[in-house]
Amino acid sequence: MKLSMASSPHNHNHKNLSRLMLTVIAACIPGIIAQCYFFGFGVIVQLLLALITASLSEALMLSIRKRPVWPALSDGSAWLTAVLLAISIPPLAPWWVIVIGTVFAIAMVKQLYGGLGFNLFNPAMAAYVLLLISFPVQMTSWTPVTSLLAQPLSLADQVTLIFFEYSANHQDLLSAMTSVDGTTMATPLDTLKTAVSQNFTVTEAMMGEQFTAFAGIGWMWVNLAFLVGGLFLLKAKVINWHIPVALLGTLAFCSAIGFIIAPGSHAGSLFHLLSGGTMLGAFFIATDPVSASTTNRGRLIYGACIGLLVYLIRNYGGYPDAVAFAVLIMNMAVPLIDHYTQPRTYGHGVAK
Amino acid sequence: MDSLLEQIERGTLWQFPGGVHPPQQKSLSNQQPTARLPLPDKLVLPLKQHIGANGQLLVKEGDKVLKGQPLTKPTANWSLPVHASTSGEITAIKPLPSAHPSALPELSIVIAPDGNDTWCELNPVSNLHELSHKTLIDILHNAGIAGMGGAGFPTYIKADSHQPIEFLIVNGVECEPYITADDLLMREHAKEIVQGIEVMQQLLKPQRILIGIEDNKPEAIAAMQQASTHNTKILVRPIPTKYPSGGEKQLIRVLTSKEVPSAGIPADIGVLVQNVGTLFAISEAIYKGKPLIERVVTVTGNTIGKPQNVWALIGTEIKHLLDCQGFTPVSEQRVVMGGPMMGFTLPTVRIPVVKTTNCILAPDNQELAEPGDEKACIRCSACADACPQTLLPQQLQWFAKSKDYDKLEAYNLFDCIECGACSYVCPSEIPLVQYYRVAKAEIREQKLDQIKAERAKERFEARKERLEREQQERQNKHKRSTSRAAKPDAEKAKVADALTRVKQKQGDKSAVQAAIERAKAKKAADGSLEPDNSEVALERARRKEQARQYKEQKHSEDTAVNENSNESSSKKDAVAAAIARAKAKKAAQQAEQQSEPPQHAQASDSDAPKAGDDPRKAAVAAAIARAKAKKATQQAEQQSEPPQHAQASDSGVPKADDDPRKAAVAAAIARAKAKKAAQQAEQQSEPPQHAQVSDSGVPKADDDPRKAAVAAAIARAKAKKAAQAEQQSEPPQHAQASDSGVPKTDDDPRKAAVAAAIARAKAKKAAQQAEQQSEPQTEPAPQSEDKSDSEPQTPEQKRQAAIKAAVAKAKAKKQAKEQEGNDPS
Repeated sequence: MKLSMASSPHNHNHKNLSRLMLTVIAACIPGIIAQCYFFGFGVIVQLLLALITASLSEALMLSIRKRPVWPALSDGSAWLTAVLLAISIPPLAPWWVIVIGTVFAIAMVKQLYGGLGFNLFNPAMAAYVLLLISFPVQMTSWTPVTSLLAQPLSLADQVTLIFFEYSANHQDLLSAMTSVDGTTMATPLDTLKTAVSQNFTVTEAMMGEQFTAFAGIGWMWVNLAFLVGGLFLLKAKVINWHIPVALLGTLAFCSAIGFIIAPGSHAGSLFHLLSGGTMLGAFFIATDPVSASTTNRGRLIYGACIGLLVYLIRNYGGYPDAVAFAVLIMNMAVPLIDHYTQPRTYGHGVAK
Repeated sequence: MDSLLEQIERGTLWQFPGGVHPPQQKSLSNQQPTARLPLPDKLVLPLKQHIGANGQLLVKEGDKVLKGQPLTKPTANWSLPVHASTSGEITAIKPLPSAHPSALPELSIVIAPDGNDTWCELNPVSNLHELSHKTLIDILHNAGIAGMGGAGFPTYIKADSHQPIEFLIVNGVECEPYITADDLLMREHAKEIVQGIEVMQQLLKPQRILIGIEDNKPEAIAAMQQASTHNTKILVRPIPTKYPSGGEKQLIRVLTSKEVPSAGIPADIGVLVQNVGTLFAISEAIYKGKPLIERVVTVTGNTIGKPQNVWALIGTEIKHLLDCQGFTPVSEQRVVMGGPMMGFTLPTVRIPVVKTTNCILAPDNQELAEPGDEKACIRCSACADACPQTLLPQQLQWFAKSKDYDKLEAYNLFDCIECGACSYVCPSEIPLVQYYRVAKAEIREQKLDQIKAERAKERFEARKERLEREQQERQNKHKRSTSRAAKPDAEKAKVADALTRVKQKQGDKSAVQAAIERAKAKKAADGSLEPDNSEVALERARRKEQARQYKEQKHSEDTAVNENSNESSSKKDAVAAAIARAKAKKAAQQAEQQSEPPQHAQASDSDAPKAGDDPRKAAVAAAIARAKAKKATQQAEQQSEPPQHAQASDSGVPKADDDPRKAAVAAAIARAKAKKAAQQAEQQSEPPQHAQVSDSGVPKADDDPRKAAVAAAIARAKAKKAAQAEQQSEPPQHAQASDSGVPKTDDDPRKAAVAAAIARAKAKKAAQQAEQQSEPQTEPAPQSEDKSDSEPQTPEQKRQAAIKAAVAKAKAKKQAKEQEGNDPS
């Protein structure tokens, strides 16, 4: 009788890579729904564009690298990158923005470094930064929440705006972004930054109709939706608590201190936690296992440093939001952090 | 804060980090009582079923053995006996596949059972307390008991711990899925296990005995609690079910909060762990006198018709167990010895149950799926979260793949217990444990190589030191002789004495010859055992030779004054004859050797005619030619490169032709060179550079007849130095130093003679050294030389005689060498 040989262990918990990736994608769904509700269906178009581009560029790169295409493509990591990038950019950004970003993320940041597991940087965030620097206008053109639009945007309008940069009712993107009172509106973070730079107080800035008592309309709910998704990931043990807790804790702590010292020029903790890409970054971006720290102590340091950098850049930097920059900077520090946060192995450091 | 003991008494448990919860699958096999199997057709008993040395065979093929009879006898430390598991006949003793992941053949005893199952005589013990510590240890040793939890560590070693034991921990955890052997043993034989515990208690005298059992075995817990109620030191501790809490280190942590130091053993922290199966075997050995010949094995898995625990005789083939329990193999069937987490797949079912075999698992492909393809590591660190040893498996994996052994050790690879928790949780299905096993083996191998290399280095350095020491001793000898030379008064007197003696023996070559012969004879007689004696004798001969040379030199001076040049024709004839002889000889030798004629020999041929103007020169030229021919012969014999410096110094010879006195010098130089070349050739090595450098000094010495002697001395010294340098790779500094010392004595002819004597002594010594380390030379060339030499009868008989004497000396020396070289062989 021929017996099959295998190396121990002979059992596995049946959690595999693609299941892991698909769980993360699934956890994005509440956030995507919230985005659709507040900013229209543009995000769905962006998602489709990103998924298709990611699949094609991943397949192309794999075949160029002479690797089997389907096993790598089916692990879902490329799709996750595509989803994360698509929900990070303005929903009505022109189609070529997301295409360029996705190709860059997959082909350059991931595959050219050796594929999954070998990339030093978070592909979605590297692509986001590339787009932000290359196409600052398109990348900051967030439409006001639907309820504040002068003219509601139909799905057809959104699609034609994405593909042709004009639609039947609007000459261009700018006019589509015009709100009820005839002014164009930026994101809450942007608005606040501009207001503070013009010597308005935070309270005055937040008097605007795009704000609720503590954050931007819509943005607050989108962040809360990503928080729900993140908690699901924690519950499913897909991610560890260390990075999100350290990141959010540091951001909340810093903004609280800033608010206590100079409430006029510094927004409070809740505003920071529920604005921009905070929750998306904390639970979905910074927790990317490949580019994050791998030890638990290291993850606390990594998360805390991202939180601190986000706060510093938002308040004192040139950009309204900072999750992408903070993550990329800390990606570079990961090998160092890992080196100095090796845990104590059993039987070491005990008296013999 | 309570003391540790109080906390333990109160039932406090601690946690270990990591761990996993694989499906238990225990109910598959723990529903039926342990079964007894029919006797198998044959039993295969490997001599080595434990950690340690093999026992010594007590039986041979064809012997009849009884059940429980020892088949091997423990010899060295850590060796255990094996016993016949049933009565029968030994049919073979040969290497057979072992119960090891490699299945490498181990020497095994094959028994054909006779079916009677007849026990040998047993010596049960009734009263434990009457037995001494040593007697108990011996019983455990002779019963062949090894740790039955998996490692197979000899129990008698553990039981004889010299470190104080605070806690004896009884491992009934059985954390591996599927396995229920210990569970059933505890349920069915709790009393015997407690008896075994009490044996260990008497041996080790621990403060407390902690029985750790996972809380998924309530019946076993109850049975053990009931059996141990009479002993207040025994505490049964149900612990949470988590793999691998049955690992020794993890169990110690859970029950006592202590950690075994890395690379240490539990006894280092006053803890000793024994498996329940081992304790049962101890009880059987003491109270029933039975050696370890059977154990409980769980036969389970979805392909087994009747999964349950069985009493299996040690040596029963797995096939027998599977057949008895109804085995229906599937495609790509795996048969695992051990559990699903740490067990190993068997290449064949013809492998015996050994003392450490606790489970045979034959799963189908659904319950334990075949591992998927290895994917890229995404550094999710799920492995680190699962690791009970708090390692970073993910980092280790990268280092193992890149064979970064230093990093692997820095990240504590050797603290890995290979529990498999990391591989179990890895989403990329990387066989992490396999990487670690390979890396560990490679590192061990590398360390062995390092140790080997270090030993070789030590040996080399010891040798170097010894050679240096020897050289130092030689140097000291030289210093002694040099200091003698430096004492001018005493030495001058000696030289004068020698000179007078030589004058008395003027023309009497035979005296010199006789001296040489004496020396040779002596040397041949006592070999190289007493070099000092022969040295003295040779030195005497040399001194005579030196004196003779001096005389010859003087004589040639005299004749130079007295002689007329009108006899030139006859002289020329003699020269021509000499040249012809030399050439003929050379041709003959070349033909003999069938080798390339050394270039410098040709060069010296062209030198010879130039010397033809003078009959005296002719004789000299003949001598030179012969010396060169000899040198060429020797070189050719060795088939080695002609030493460059020899060629260089040849060019110095023609310059010496101007003066008849110089002729004698030239002859001396030629002899010296010949000797040097011979020695170098013998060593078959490259000519040392420094010899070449000092050669350039020779022509300069030609200006003065007194210097001539010096030059000769230098030449000889060089010869010696070259020989020494070849013996030891490094040129000895002192030789150079003493060389430079020689020219200083140029002022005085007597000093020159002294220097010459010293040089000769050195040359001789060098020659001896060279002889000791060189191959014997068997070259008949000297005989032919002899013939040609004896032919000519020229008017200058005296001078010729002198030259002949020199040649004879050289030959004699060579023959002496040959003899010596031949003698030892």
